[in-house]
Amino acid sequence: MASNFVSRGFVGKRRAGEKTNRLPPGQYLTDDFPVLSAGPTPHTPLEQWTFTVDGLVREKTTWTWAEFLQLPMQAFTADISCVTKWTHLDMRWEGVSLDTLLEHVELDRTALYLTAYSDGGYTTNLPVPDILNGQSFIALRYDGRPLAPEHGGPARMVVPHLYFWKSAKWIRGIRFMEKDKQGFWESAGYHRRGDPWKEERYWND
Amino acid sequence: MKNPLSWQIATVRKIKVETPRAKSFTLELPDWTPHRAGQHYDVRLTAEDGYQAQRSYSIASEPEREGEVDLTVERIADGEVSNYMHDVLIEGDKIEVRGPIGGYFVWESSIRGPLLLVAGGSGIVPLMSMIRHRRAAQSDAPTRLLYSSRSIDDIIYRHELEALTAGKDGLAVFYTLTRSQPAGWKGFARRIDAGMLSEVAGPLGKEAQAFICGPTQLVEAAAEVLVGMGLNAGHIRTERFGPTGG
Repeated sequence: MASNFVSRGFVGKRRAGEKTNRLPPGQYLTDDFPVLSAGPTPHTPLEQWTFTVDGLVREKTTWTWAEFLQLPMQAFTADISCVTKWTHLDMRWEGVSLDTLLEHVELDRTALYLTAYSDGGYTTNLPVPDILNGQSFIALRYDGRPLAPEHGGPARMVVPHLYFWKSAKWIRGIRFMEKDKQGFWESAGYHRRGDPWKEERYWND
Repeated sequence: MKNPLSWQIATVRKIKVETPRAKSFTLELPDWTPHRAGQHYDVRLTAEDGYQAQRSYSIASEPEREGEVDLTVERIADGEVSNYMHDVLIEGDKIEVRGPIGGYFVWESSIRGPLLLVAGGSGIVPLMSMIRHRRAAQSDAPTRLLYSSRSIDDIIYRHELEALTAGKDGLAVFYTLTRSQPAGWKGFARRIDAGMLSEVAGPLGKEAQAFICGPTQLVEAAAEVLVGMGLNAGHIRTERFGPTGG
């Protein structure tokens, strides 16, 4: 991946120490939390909000907002990398682990992939192994406050080990499937899986 | 056959100062492919010791111009790549890029129907690609641009926009200056709000395709107004720049 080309006169801003080791290739550090949605922010009233797990499961399962709040919540601190090159370290979230949700459903043996779908029509696809064992959660709070609408509130998926477009804002459910089906950004030229450490930004990377 | 989206080494053919904070860089590409208006290129800088920095910049030029692209870059305070491009890069220098990238925030003249463009600051760049493409393709799609800048000196492409609107091919441009206005200013003089958008966008009707680009607060506010005006949320595409203060 390293090029032999050198940009004349470029020195760059260097940050010493431990933080730069945590930066995936091609990323820069920010303390900011940019909003990069592709369309208007949806606003679903909480009394109408539900979260559903369906597809290749024994029984479709749905939670209302009140029911969702009864699920055990955990605190998660994670480094987040966006394909637009920013990385924000140690972002503090609270939410419900996907492992907790999956205790309530029985996954079919053929369920190899999932599609996360959201208000406003957004979708993204993930392989099942990427969401298990503490690797993903449904976040309801960021930095000690309820998740703001422009950041995906009331609830968004967070999958910290992949580029942040995989962390579907305004999530309303996940559907388990046998085949991998490209979601919104994947259909618009972005990578099928999106691992920042392999710099899997675009479809051909 | 070269791998699509591989890095290539472009040559800086021209640098144009657009405003005190914005410059346009014309890059000649050895492996140019026609882009779609609204797409961007990724730029990668490499220091002698291998340290690298990457950023994305929207394409300002029309796809009809073969072999080269214009990237208009705003200088960001402390910006690692923008400051290099503004202060160090000169004509004849090489720069590593890849693209074109982006499949959603795009407009082609084959898309019929009225077009609403809303820009804040350097958010004008991808919309300018659409406007230039529209002209090159000789489209007469009713098009209205609402462009928010801090002052008259910050309006990027001002003379070109004035020339284009004089052409009377269905393009109308509305400016709002939010911080300072010159004496005798006849345009808007405040942040984009519902009244302003209603006045500008109203005549295009509810079937208009809208593209909004700029700082997220401006984009968020404008998108919400347009949804409230009855535009289909799926017809409103947004691209957001800049920090948001967490």
